[in-house]
Amino acid sequence: MTTVDNQDTGPYASTPAPPDAGLRARLVVDRTTFRLDITLTVAPGEVVALLGPNGAGKTTALRALAGLTPLTDGRIDLAGRCLDDGGRTFVPPERRSVGVVFQDYLLFPHLSALENVAFGPRCQGASRAQARAIAYEWLARVGLADLASQRPRQLSGGQAQRVALARALARQPALLLLDEPLAALDARTRLDTRAELHRHLADHSGATLVVTHDPLDAFVLADRLVIIENGSVVQEGDAAAVTARPRTDYVARLVGLNLYRGRGEGHTVTLPTGLAFATADPVHGDAFVAFPPTAVALHPDPPQGSPRNTWSATVTGVTRHGDHVRVQLAGGPGEAAADVTPAAAATLRLAPGQPIWAAVKATETRAYPAG
Amino acid sequence: MARTFSTPPGDGRRPARRGPGVRAALTAVTAAATLAACSAPPPADGSAPPGVTGTITVFAAASLTDAFEEIAEDFETANPGARLVFNFAGSSALATQITEGAPADVFASASPATLRTVTDAGLADRDPVVFVRNQLVIAVEAGNPLGIRGLEDLARPGVTVALCAEQVPCGAAARTAIAASGLTITPVSYEENVRAALAKVSLGEVDAALVYRTDAASADAVEAVEFPESAEAINDYLIAVLTDAPNKAGAAAFVAWVLSPEGAEVLTTYGFQLP
Amino acid sequence: MATDTPAGAPGLPGAEPTPDPSISTVERRRRVRPSRRLVPVPLAVPAAAALAFLVLPLVGLLVRAPWATLPQRLLEPEVLAALRLSLVAATLATGVCLVLGVPLAWLLARVSFPGRRLVRALVTVPLVLPPVVGGLALLLLLGRRGVIGQWLYQWFDVTIPFTTTAVVIAEAFVALPFLVIAVEGALRGIDDRYEEAAATLGASRWTTFRRVTLPLVAPGIAAGAVLCWARALGEFGATITFAGNFPGRTQTMPLSVYLLLETDPPAAIVLSLVLLAVSVGILVALREKWIGRPA
Repeated sequence: MTTVDNQDTGPYASTPAPPDAGLRARLVVDRTTFRLDITLTVAPGEVVALLGPNGAGKTTALRALAGLTPLTDGRIDLAGRCLDDGGRTFVPPERRSVGVVFQDYLLFPHLSALENVAFGPRCQGASRAQARAIAYEWLARVGLADLASQRPRQLSGGQAQRVALARALARQPALLLLDEPLAALDARTRLDTRAELHRHLADHSGATLVVTHDPLDAFVLADRLVIIENGSVVQEGDAAAVTARPRTDYVARLVGLNLYRGRGEGHTVTLPTGLAFATADPVHGDAFVAFPPTAVALHPDPPQGSPRNTWSATVTGVTRHGDHVRVQLAGGPGEAAADVTPAAAATLRLAPGQPIWAAVKATETRAYPAG
Repeated sequence: MARTFSTPPGDGRRPARRGPGVRAALTAVTAAATLAACSAPPPADGSAPPGVTGTITVFAAASLTDAFEEIAEDFETANPGARLVFNFAGSSALATQITEGAPADVFASASPATLRTVTDAGLADRDPVVFVRNQLVIAVEAGNPLGIRGLEDLARPGVTVALCAEQVPCGAAARTAIAASGLTITPVSYEENVRAALAKVSLGEVDAALVYRTDAASADAVEAVEFPESAEAINDYLIAVLTDAPNKAGAAAFVAWVLSPEGAEVLTTYGFQLP
Repeated sequence: MATDTPAGAPGLPGAEPTPDPSISTVERRRRVRPSRRLVPVPLAVPAAAALAFLVLPLVGLLVRAPWATLPQRLLEPEVLAALRLSLVAATLATGVCLVLGVPLAWLLARVSFPGRRLVRALVTVPLVLPPVVGGLALLLLLGRRGVIGQWLYQWFDVTIPFTTTAVVIAEAFVALPFLVIAVEGALRGIDDRYEEAAATLGASRWTTFRRVTLPLVAPGIAAGAVLCWARALGEFGATITFAGNFPGRTQTMPLSVYLLLETDPPAAIVLSLVLLAVSVGILVALREKWIGRPA
């Protein structure tokens, strides 16, 4: 389930090989102070998040895939075509079928939104009229058809992000790269945009790689996570797998959230397991609810008093992480992580298999639409 | 041995105008490089040196450069206490500087008109004297490859000619001479000073130019061809002591030297004609 | 819509503070107050001196101008011919500089090639060379006996000196560095990530230059072109040495002024004022149009 790339068996990881239309890459970029060496595979239609702290090499990986930085070694194959083999073969960015949504969008300031989106198709050889028609269609798809003639400086952050996405997708690239797609947005906009982005990415038939340092973005947008630190992959897998067994402190800190998807009705989110969460935020329809492990209080007996969200759980794992103890629980919403102090853990005599009661205050939960 | 080129000191109300063109620039450079104000040592017996003393500032037309510098050597030998300082430039520029208050002792002009502006301003001491005349010649490349013999050859199609601009004395003279010949000569350029016209010939850019005999004599790669119409437009050079001369005695002595047989001999060597 | 945060991580071009929708535009303009901060004396005094240094000589021209005879002098055909030639030649020279200089500036700013520093230094040579020497150099290259000129003369019977073409060449020679330096500076100033973005959208380097770089650097090019034009208009030494002086063909305004100073200083003053007025008028008009607005 979670495997780090195995360099002994050739350039690619031993995860199941995706069909040839996807991305298979081993990226080696050697700089004097830093070396990136990771393997990535993304199937068409799959969304993979490349997650890691600043300086981990995510941007370098993205630039290498886009063709803006040449590889020192390794290989990039996209849709069966070799783009870079670290040696004589190098396909320049303009001839790759790669679309990029940059962190600050880089919409051409002297062109309108429509002309920005039409830029890619025009470069592919479409006539001006054809390109504009394609652009208009894409703008409509992201809900901005009425802003077609606006200049980038007249757009809000969320709108600019959508135009940037439309611009990258208008070329129908085999690989879509997003660099911190939500980082430039304020919290409120981020919420809405994240959900929308998830929808668009799900519609995209090519491979998608999202580079981000925000685990929430990764969880929401991606089917699979690849976590890198210091130029190497440290963990790989889907959100649940990564959350359940963090392999490094960073990942543990990173996934310091319990995340569940359910159906929201006002201040209650009902999870597939049947547990209904009382949440502080009202939400309707398909929804996420999240809370940090520290919000989970463990009790030997059913708790009374204010906490509304309680469930009977079984301890499935106890691990020590720095100055706290992480307790893996099963039952209730599914798998959950709870952080308790070592003293509390000792007092409760936590051990795998032990039944325990978990409680989370509604105020410590976050709920928001899943899009 | 002093021969210094200096721009007029003082208020600088008008910038000093050196005659433009390569030749004048080179003159300035060499003159500035020889900037060594040495005065002759006093005679051993302690008495005052013979002749005039002090600095004598002479504003002279650029075409007099070589001749006056040689005259200055002779003059300073005869008058050990004297030091000649020259300002060589276009005559009208010098006249302007004088009327604007530049201090000078002597003015030697290549054109009566410019000297008249100075006398009209009441700045020239006596009636100015014509001391030399300069005559136009046709300057051609050494060897005269096109076989130019007179003005009629300049009017031939395919012959490129440079003249001085009419605003400078050389150009006015050229116009008079050409008018006297009845020919129509269209130059490719009206150069703003006579040395620039000469330079165009030496560089081979034009086939011929109308310049002064003194100018043609000064250049090696150039030959002079005389033509009769030049007699119609001989240029008179005048010299005068200025009213506000700081060194009146020295000024008068210099003018006297220039007019003397010794001065005349030097001037004719360089191609000037005596009046 | 007005309350959304405008497109802008800080630093994005065009990011503006959100206007307060409660104040009407007219009111907002009226309420803009100049900065109340004082200008420090160590800056104000030299600045005033600099202004005086630049302006007072012009005052000298204005005071001594023969205002009474100005109108009739202005209409003399030679004056008009010299003015027309000056304007046409300067504009053509600027055109030449744009065609040659913008690609050179792009090369210097965007391509790392061996000897780039040397080339950049060579570009500044016409700036440090006295213009007359520049004209002489052109003569030695393109004149009848010139290194290249002699072949042009022998094979094609083409002479360049003493033609209007020579005026344009001389002016372009002295003005080119201004354009190249200005445009290279502007190119380095724009974010080259836009060019990366264009590449990821499939644009070749030439397409990127045409559709992204050039529009973004246009104000810089305009500013450089204005400098170039002004320098070309005022050129004297190289023009007179290489192109000579012939009314209507190679006699530009600066040459006219110089010659008139010999015989008719008041007329020279008039011509100087005409040149000054025309130049300032055109520069002010262009500034409003092209340089006033930020990119």
